[in-house]
Amino acid sequence: MVVVADAGARLTWNLVTDTRQLFAFHFMVNAFRAGTVVAVAAGAIGWFMVLRRQAFAGHTLALVGFPGAAGATWLGIGAAWGFFGFCSIAALSIAALPHRDARGYSEQSAGIGVIQAFALACGFLFVSLYRGFLNGVNALLFGSFLGITDGQVLVLLVVGAVALAVLVVAGRPLLFASVDPGIAEARGVPVRVLSLVFLLLLGLTVAEVSQITGTLLVFALLVMPAAAAQALTARPASSLALTVAISLVVTWAGLGAAYYSPYPIGFFVTSFAFAVYAAATATAAVRRAPGPNIAPAP
Amino acid sequence: MREAARDAIHARGAAVALGGRTVWQGLDLAVGQGEFVAVLGPNGVGKSTLVKAILGLVPLSAGALSVLGGRPGEHNAGIGYLPQRRAFDAGLRVRGVDVVRLGLDGDRWGVPLPGRTRRRRDADARVADVVNLVDATAYAKRPIGEISGGEQQRLLIAQALVRRPRLLLLDEPLDSLDLPNQAAVAALVSRICHDEGVTVVMVAHDVNPILPYVDDVVYLGPGGAVAGAPKQVITSATLTRLFGTPIEVLQASDGRLVVVGQPEPPAYHADRHEHP
Ligand SMILES: Nc1ncnc2c1ncn2[C@@H]1O[C@H](COP(=O)(O)OP(=O)(O)OP(=O)(O)O)[C@@H](O)[C@H]1O
Ligand SMILES: [Mg+2]
Repeated sequence: MVVVADAGARLTWNLVTDTRQLFAFHFMVNAFRAGTVVAVAAGAIGWFMVLRRQAFAGHTLALVGFPGAAGATWLGIGAAWGFFGFCSIAALSIAALPHRDARGYSEQSAGIGVIQAFALACGFLFVSLYRGFLNGVNALLFGSFLGITDGQVLVLLVVGAVALAVLVVAGRPLLFASVDPGIAEARGVPVRVLSLVFLLLLGLTVAEVSQITGTLLVFALLVMPAAAAQALTARPASSLALTVAISLVVTWAGLGAAYYSPYPIGFFVTSFAFAVYAAATATAAVRRAPGPNIAPAP
Repeated sequence: MREAARDAIHARGAAVALGGRTVWQGLDLAVGQGEFVAVLGPNGVGKSTLVKAILGLVPLSAGALSVLGGRPGEHNAGIGYLPQRRAFDAGLRVRGVDVVRLGLDGDRWGVPLPGRTRRRRDADARVADVVNLVDATAYAKRPIGEISGGEQQRLLIAQALVRRPRLLLLDEPLDSLDLPNQAAVAALVSRICHDEGVTVVMVAHDVNPILPYVDDVVYLGPGGAVAGAPKQVITSATLTRLFGTPIEVLQASDGRLVVVGQPEPPAYHADRHEHP
């Protein structure tokens, strides 16, 4: 772990000075690199997750990252491998749960809940097996941006790029399968395969996001930007782009705020995302309810 | 007997078994090109299964079935399909035109290049055309979850039509519509059938809204199916033979048909429909 470096960091309210301070340390540059990769991946995958109503599956995958990372730390291999390994295995398990029908997005709540509870139990077991690790637990659950190495950034970048590449290739059929699995299947879209592929992507992305926001606050980047964007526009391309934009802004702002304050990054990212979400839903509600003084279109 | 190759759909002694249970068997069917045919029958008799068999989504366990001159599933690009369904989730934030558009190129891999390419202009024009054809222009740009069931149904018919199919398979499109909308959608489908020369197979619960328009009806029953003109099929004698219990067909003064004494569907069908 890197020693907290904010001893000299004071907010001057001068944008140029503050930005220069922010990037003065290499660990902070790496934090921004990692945050950017994670924000883009989380925005894009989260947009599909919200559309497919698989938030519960996403939440479970996030919690599964906790025992994964705790177990990996206990074994002395990097937490990242625990995140990726456990989240992928959990994604495959969720995909293997019996489907009621061919529909890709039916959530098998009971089965997913079982996986979730078991994962949490394992996490606490690993934590108690590895006693010297109590500080780390906080970072696992609520996120940390300190001490991200060049190697870790590279791993995040590679995994994020793979996830995005798959989305670019399969995005349209995936959208079709998410909106209308019955018709998509009749049109020859491999609905079940896409459903499995998507869960795997979701697992990988959740593992990425967990490493910045912590496993409990993954939804800050996975759900809130997408939900906010979808509330604002129903055009698929615009709302996807808006989701990624919100996700990026929220992450960068969260990193900046965490740098200049003693509080954890997960809190800031979540609060900013929540503010955007609240503003978006309020805007949508105002737009939908036509006020009495709105003049009829000429 | 008609020539199998010229029919849009032709079945001889076809049977389907699902989960080890025969849904229907001994099905003989001939749907000519450009015809409007209704598939009728009580709940759970296998109407949707018939549509899925035509699409090749469910295999036959016996007999033969040819669709548009090929195996089922072979010419699905020429088929527009509207599955039996409940409404879209109210929270689905995708516009109606986007849903129609998915019917055009939603099965393509990769993302389209940004910019106004010729292909994109053609696609936009085609989508606007079909949306206009089903009279849905007024609400096509609203999120599909927020419009009414009848409006969704029209957009889904537009989606089924967007690739200029030769065969249109509509599974209970009148379900959950009020009577004026049932009549309007039935008239719309009949107009499309004649103007665009599309063969239409429509599963219906109640024959009356489509009675003025259909060429033939197929009545599915436990023993098989009877097909023919509505006047020959929907009669007390034919339906009594099909179901093996006394059934009476009454005609109201306005021409509507009422089927009395249709057997109750078996109890295990009660849980068959998916719930949201
Ligand atoms: N995947 C399946 N496995 C086993 N049995 C099935 C399956 N799908 C349908 N069935 C059974 O096949 C029979 C026919 O179902 P189908 O959906 O075709 O009926 P239907 O005539 O369309 O009914 P409805 O009017 O209610 O839509 C039913 O008894 C149903 O329980
Ligand atoms: Mg049915």
